[in-house]
Amino acid sequence: MSNAPRLTALDALHRSLGATMTDFAGWDMPLRYGSERDEHNAVRTKAGLFDLSHMGEIAVTGPEAAKLLDYALVGNMGSIGVGRARYTMICQADGGILDDLIVYRLEDQAYMVVANASNAQVVLDALTERQAGFDAEVRDDRDAYALLAVQGPHSPAILKAVTDADLDGLKYYAGLPGTVAGVPALIARTGYTGEDGFELFLKPEHAETVWQALTEAGQEYGLVPAGLSCRDTLRLEAGMPLYGHELSTSLTPFDAGLGRVVKFEKEGDFVGREALTAAAERAEQNPPRKLVGLIAEGRRVPRAEMQVVADGEVIGSITSGAPSPTLGKPIAMAYVDAAHAEAGTKGVGVDIRGTHEPYEVVALPFYKRQK
Amino acid sequence: MSNPKELRYSKEHEWLSAAADGVSTVGITEHAANALGDVVFVQLPEVGDTVTAGETCGELESTKSVSDLYAPVTGEVVEANQDVVDDPSLVNSAPFEGGWLFKVRISAEPGDLMSADEYTALTTGS
Repeated sequence: MSNAPRLTALDALHRSLGATMTDFAGWDMPLRYGSERDEHNAVRTKAGLFDLSHMGEIAVTGPEAAKLLDYALVGNMGSIGVGRARYTMICQADGGILDDLIVYRLEDQAYMVVANASNAQVVLDALTERQAGFDAEVRDDRDAYALLAVQGPHSPAILKAVTDADLDGLKYYAGLPGTVAGVPALIARTGYTGEDGFELFLKPEHAETVWQALTEAGQEYGLVPAGLSCRDTLRLEAGMPLYGHELSTSLTPFDAGLGRVVKFEKEGDFVGREALTAAAERAEQNPPRKLVGLIAEGRRVPRAEMQVVADGEVIGSITSGAPSPTLGKPIAMAYVDAAHAEAGTKGVGVDIRGTHEPYEVVALPFYKRQK
Repeated sequence: MSNPKELRYSKEHEWLSAAADGVSTVGITEHAANALGDVVFVQLPEVGDTVTAGETCGELESTKSVSDLYAPVTGEVVEANQDVVDDPSLVNSAPFEGGWLFKVRISAEPGDLMSADEYTALTTGS
């Protein structure tokens, strides 16, 4: 395999917009077009347009597609209604998280699994391996789709201008096939920003048409192109985990405070059931560390892997940190010892290059949109 | 983006004004500010501190990362820009003007400071 970064169908367009590009999981992606803070604020108050074509789509189809997914993933995939989506995870036999996923049920016997770019191959390999014995097919659809997201309070109005699809009838975590700017697309009401918004799966050759149509329709609403940098601060404020930061193979969903995605009551065995049963008990009775939010009292910014301290002892570590445009202060997510995980715990700091900066422990998320 | 001709530049992307009464102003270049992204916090050397050419004397924190601030020359800090401490976005909006960082009374300067043309060539790779 060559080491040249993969380019999305919109690569030339991003460059013409003056984007600063960055390598992300082997893809050359827009980091920001101008000020990342302005892009962040636009998504919170107006709308932003993202190219997320690096995400990995995997089709799972066939008479036993639901059965296969129920075995391969921790959630109850058979219970998803056609046209709905669910946030779930795929785990190892030892309960460690391989990836977090959104699974769309497109038809009774057709699902689309959307994996993180960095894990798409791992998820594809795991699903292919777990497929044995099921009357179902696993297909790599990564090259079949470009993915655009329009996110923010004005996103429904903007999308309505370029589609006849029934957006008012499209609930959060639902998806329906439709026509956007004259081309076919799967329209999903999902996102990773903490705002209302849509994700549009379309053929790569249609990506530019749709991007331009949304840009034009969004002009009067203050829509701006938005890069991965603001996507990261948006999801952090919304308390959403990012694989490689809050999630990893050395953590179970219970360790990450996301045990609710594991459905023990579903029929049949699933990969990780035994280990996750034990993990659920451990999290209940004797949690090692808990995922918390931290808000800085000062202005220095915590970064991933910095140590969280109290009374001169290391009590945890930062998983993600950034200056929060919405709060106007640095914020972080961190795993800390249960004894210090209660919101309002005093005396907690972060070791920022040798200085212990004071931080407030808070419950996640930092930001929740007003509905 | 153009780098003012009257300034000199370090390979760590600081600029240095021509000395007036032995005192020069120091900032980071527009190229560096663009590479950092939105600057949210600056820690500057304090008045009276001695800074040494090529060594760190502060830090610039942006959304994605923290970067060391290097002294382009050796000398004593005579003024730090409180405006930029209060509003770090000045580094992005006016890197060569209101976003200046500190003033230094030069006691020694390295031999490798660059002209605007040399610095432009370095940062555009031409």
